[in-house]
Amino acid sequence: MDQFTLNLIVVGATFALYIGIAIWARAGSTSEFYAAGRGVHPVVNGMATGADWMSAASFISMAGIISFGGYNTSAYLMGWTGGYVLLAMLIAPYLRKFGKFTVPEFIGDRFYSQTARTVAVICLITASLTYVIGQMTGVGVAFSRFLEVDNTTGLLIGAAIVFFYAVIGGMKGITYTQVAQYVVLITAYTIPAIFISLKLTGNPIPPLGLFADAKSTGLPILETLNGMLEDLGFAEYTRQTDTTLNMFLFTVSLMIGTAGLPHVIVRFFTVPTVADARSSAGWALVFIALLYLTAPAVGAMARVNLIDTFYPNGTQSEAVSLDAIENSESLDWVRNWEQTGLLGFDDKNGNGLIEYNGSAENELTVNRDIITLANPEIANLPGWVIALVAAGGLAAALSTAAGLLMAISSAVSHDLIKSQINPSISEKGELMSARVSMAVAIVIATYLGLNPPGFAAQTVALAFGLAASSIFPALLMGIFSKRVNNKGAVAGMIAGLAVTVVYIFLHKGWFFIPGTNSFDDSDPLLLSIKSTSFGSIGALVNFVVAYVVSNATDEPPVEIQELVESVRIPRGAGGAVDH
Amino acid sequence: MADNSENNAYWSANKRIIGISLVIWFICSFGFGILLRPMLAGIKIGGTDLGFWFAQQGSILVFLVLIFTYAAKMNKLDKQHGVDE
Repeated sequence: MDQFTLNLIVVGATFALYIGIAIWARAGSTSEFYAAGRGVHPVVNGMATGADWMSAASFISMAGIISFGGYNTSAYLMGWTGGYVLLAMLIAPYLRKFGKFTVPEFIGDRFYSQTARTVAVICLITASLTYVIGQMTGVGVAFSRFLEVDNTTGLLIGAAIVFFYAVIGGMKGITYTQVAQYVVLITAYTIPAIFISLKLTGNPIPPLGLFADAKSTGLPILETLNGMLEDLGFAEYTRQTDTTLNMFLFTVSLMIGTAGLPHVIVRFFTVPTVADARSSAGWALVFIALLYLTAPAVGAMARVNLIDTFYPNGTQSEAVSLDAIENSESLDWVRNWEQTGLLGFDDKNGNGLIEYNGSAENELTVNRDIITLANPEIANLPGWVIALVAAGGLAAALSTAAGLLMAISSAVSHDLIKSQINPSISEKGELMSARVSMAVAIVIATYLGLNPPGFAAQTVALAFGLAASSIFPALLMGIFSKRVNNKGAVAGMIAGLAVTVVYIFLHKGWFFIPGTNSFDDSDPLLLSIKSTSFGSIGALVNFVVAYVVSNATDEPPVEIQELVESVRIPRGAGGAVDH
Repeated sequence: MADNSENNAYWSANKRIIGISLVIWFICSFGFGILLRPMLAGIKIGGTDLGFWFAQQGSILVFLVLIFTYAAKMNKLDKQHGVDE
């Protein structure tokens, strides 16, 4: 059986599984759609949250970014896990006690202002839409390889499937479908990693393999990799080349962005108790950590295998020949990925060899987003493993994209239209506006996904910066301060979001349209702060503005201060109430 | 609901636990993983140094321990102050 057929079968089987579970679980629980997580054990809820959370950025893109960035990309690992500590301690338990369903709702009530709610909706849409662009990039990569078409066609097919998937909607809301998606995703991620770790180091546990000795050299694998990279004129894998300032701010931005992203926070609204909100965050991190502890091993080992492929006799010997790339069976994957346009080789100096190195004469370009998907092929693993990885990547991208589109459409139809523009809108009209906003979001994200502002995980990192600068500070101040008032919160959110958006657009192009940027992340406007890291500065601006404005204006009314008192105390949480 | 002073004591105790947890959180990620890495360069582990390990693995393990410890401590605190559900 050829790889293409195998891919179709495995991907088809996983989809049949999700749909089957959705139908089975739906029969008894349609009426509890909103409260999907209620009555569900924190471990199960944690697993579902893991599936919701780990997107194309984590699954498809992150290991590739680490593979090429080494130590410098540690911010992704620390940021996207450390944020859960903040969620568990600073946000989730109190919002659970508050007991409503959307993040803008909390902000609107706590800051007793429709304006605050509207501004929160704008922040939510800006961050979520950027996030969807990143997912589309990942979906495009996965579909182009899996269907053996070019990247643009893959993206368009992927967008159509995302739309269909999100509009069915119910599938996403059912916890057990997400549990199935998590299982597919984590199996697909760890199996090739275990194979490769065994092959390279003899240790079957990838996180341990990362610090073990390589079979080939007898030296630690990281030292071996450093040596290879040095031979080829790349920076050492474990060396810091980014500035400490940028690394620090980038990690802050990803961490607080994690604690400020609405589609993650809502998962904690529906657990049975405040205590469960805390432990759910812990269990979510357990399941996320399984992937995040594996990712750095995947990254480093994929780089070793990539270099081995192109220097079959070692980095001090001759590179692989053009003839081998064009004809050798074991290098099928190079030709397959070349079709997608995401990998390219060009024998510039005409010596019949494809030389991969860190100089200007480098003859091989590899899009970082293909590393996770190509990894099993690079390591010559069996066909079913390759098919499984394709299924895992699609599960990750589709589940998160659907979740984000839901967040966008409910913000538009529920927080904006129903509560403010047209309160008398019929249920049918509300549903219609939800679908239309979903469709508009997909069209925009697809268009921008054709020329993405970065690799999938980098685009997603921008989304975290936007959430970090706008929503996280408002939530934190809403819970931990009784003094911050409506005017302060609104001014803070607007200021934080505005500076971050402008900074990002200055570096990535206005509305992410290529060529309209005035600066580049390689030489950013302020010090060494890249646009992906600026969310932390935006958050600082938000805090300062909110504090100053609040202190210059009236205290919040007594009933709001009492509301703050009440969200701090677990007792009396009751069930989440609809409105 | 208990009286205000009881609630205030609960809230202060919560903030104290959060404060201690976040200090550990900061030291093990931003500290050992980024800012203090040069100081840990002498401690070798698997072909690299301890700072690299914290940045790519150790910090995540610490985060896990922190959340579960916090959840357990808070459950105890909830009962002590009579604010559990």
